[in-house]
Amino acid sequence: MGKTLLDKVWEEHTVRTLPDGRTQLLIGTHLIHEVTSPQAFGMVRDLGLKVLYPNRTFATVDHIVPTDQRAEPFSDPLADAMVKELRKNCAESGVTFFDLPSGNQGIVHIVGPEQGITQPGTTIACGDSHTSTHGAFGAIAFGIGTSQVRDVLATQTMAIGKPKVRRINVDGKLAPGVYSKDVILHIIRHLGVNGGIGYAYEFAGSTFDAFTQEERMTVCNMSIEGGARVGYVNPDETTFEYLRGRPYSPKGAEWDAAVARWKAVASDKDAVYDDIVNFKAEAILPTITWGITPGQAIFIDEAIPNPDDLPEKDRATAHEAIEHMKLTAGTPAIGIKIDVAFLGSCTNGRLSDLQEVAKHIRGRKVASHVKAIVVPGSQGVASVAEKMGLAEIFREAGFEWRGAGCSMCLGMNPDKLVGDQLCASSSNRNFKGRQGSPTGRTMLMSPIMVAAAALTGEVSDARKVFGIH
Amino acid sequence: MALEKITQVSGCGVFVPGDDIDTDRIIPARFMKCVTFDGLGEFAFADAKLAEKAAGRLHALDDSRFNGATILISGSNFGCGSSREHAPQALYRYGFRAIIAESFAEIFFGNSTTLGIPCVKMSKNDIADLAALIEKNPSIQVTIDLTESKVTTDDVDFAAEFSLPGHAREPLMNGRWDSIADLVDGLEDVKTRVATIPYLSC
Ligand code: SF4
Repeated sequence: MGKTLLDKVWEEHTVRTLPDGRTQLLIGTHLIHEVTSPQAFGMVRDLGLKVLYPNRTFATVDHIVPTDQRAEPFSDPLADAMVKELRKNCAESGVTFFDLPSGNQGIVHIVGPEQGITQPGTTIACGDSHTSTHGAFGAIAFGIGTSQVRDVLATQTMAIGKPKVRRINVDGKLAPGVYSKDVILHIIRHLGVNGGIGYAYEFAGSTFDAFTQEERMTVCNMSIEGGARVGYVNPDETTFEYLRGRPYSPKGAEWDAAVARWKAVASDKDAVYDDIVNFKAEAILPTITWGITPGQAIFIDEAIPNPDDLPEKDRATAHEAIEHMKLTAGTPAIGIKIDVAFLGSCTNGRLSDLQEVAKHIRGRKVASHVKAIVVPGSQGVASVAEKMGLAEIFREAGFEWRGAGCSMCLGMNPDKLVGDQLCASSSNRNFKGRQGSPTGRTMLMSPIMVAAAALTGEVSDARKVFGIH
Repeated sequence: MALEKITQVSGCGVFVPGDDIDTDRIIPARFMKCVTFDGLGEFAFADAKLAEKAAGRLHALDDSRFNGATILISGSNFGCGSSREHAPQALYRYGFRAIIAESFAEIFFGNSTTLGIPCVKMSKNDIADLAALIEKNPSIQVTIDLTESKVTTDDVDFAAEFSLPGHAREPLMNGRWDSIADLVDGLEDVKTRVATIPYLSC
């Protein structure tokens, strides 16, 4: 009987079975950031323990860093204290820190892959739910809480039950103007925001085979939005090519040995799954969210649903969403006025996202009433984009070009919605208050759809705005 | 450090209705600018409370009838979204010692268990019945019995089954819910295992 990638990685990293039946699982790579790690370092100290394998933990700052005024001290003393705390903790414990002056700082889920730290067949943990992003490389990657960050720092392991595996096949060719973001929003719309609880999602099929590594990351990133803590794609040549030559990628003879191992870790042809779900790429259209959970999604040519027409279980949340979003059932999505456009985040703040948008907006202007910001996911992305002239294209179109960080994805830094502003956002969460204003409103969509909304000042079909056929 | 054996949680309950209550709602991100968890309790559901006020309604946690409640009751997929442990930390510091919901998001469930907060799953109907009882008589004592897998109340004839996976029940009942001691016990095995894995041993 064949094994899944998850079976193989789990087996290799199992230290032992704990008395409660869970696995003591070895975490090969630990990523940390400023928000969820300070308490963990404190707990390790309080227990009289130390960081066991400092060379297997990597740190960066992303959530609280301002994206415009980046000189220290930051104007927010709490944010400033958090960066200093992480700096101190890393220095004391010997953890590598991709700090602000390093030129390698960025959103933790962008920095790991970019540095070649994220590798197939590894286990990865980070005190952040979007750690599932790293699954795009065929790693098993978990978002964890602060007590588990402590566990990993002190023991390089954590206690966890083995998830079931649902294979999600997407086959066929996406229509022009339809992107990997639309694919994951579509999947969540159909499987639900809690459909993945207890599962790891294995994304496969010809659509995934054809995806670039960055497109795969966008999908795996949002696995957690579908309730699946882990999402992964089996590694292939696309993965290996992405990793070749990166700072932490194996070199020389080690590279060949690593690639051989990475090939072997992919799920066997006859692997057994707990569940299989199939989607057709051709059936997916540009998708946006209209509500307060990522599952409240519609195609761009649909109207805001009437909660009473939805299945009974979805109605209460739909009513709550309509109230919060100040929308009326039956209103077409196209034409809803926006106030802010946010292009960035660990979902869609990578170079290919910026390139795709820049290609289409050249020579056009952001609508006068819209505040539009572009936030590269890392300093690495920013510097390449600047060299390629992308920053200039964005600026000329009326976007603000910012420094790397989480920015307006969450309300922990100066980039926030104000009042009930409506934001067309390339991020991953449309929860009430997520973008920093309790009454702020978020509509999630692909980067190109964010750009279309920015230019027209309203939710628009990017295929029409940019003539994508 | 010996931990308390949690076999039963009793206290007043409060019903916070809604499905998919995410951890941003439980503790908005701006309150996470801190290097300790102390003081998070007062910010639990901060923005949800304000929003209810603005709409001319009262959030359950602002309703003085439910002051001192130690058992939180809610809908499905409770605690979804961000992995922030700040969410269960805030609820614990607010005074909650157990949560009853239709279902829980996975990371939140694990984080809560590690803090010794049992998160038990009960059916929608039973939750509605319990919520109605509490609404009628907020001082009713709710008891979650981990041995019997039952939720009962003191002054009326309410009893409902709940489910709690063994990997959470067993450590809670045996005072091993914080796994650090068990993990440290395995450190020799950790080192042995590390030596067998090529990307870690080279
Ligand atoms: S970009 Fe958003 S989702 Fe990603 S790590 Fe930052 S805050 Fe979290």
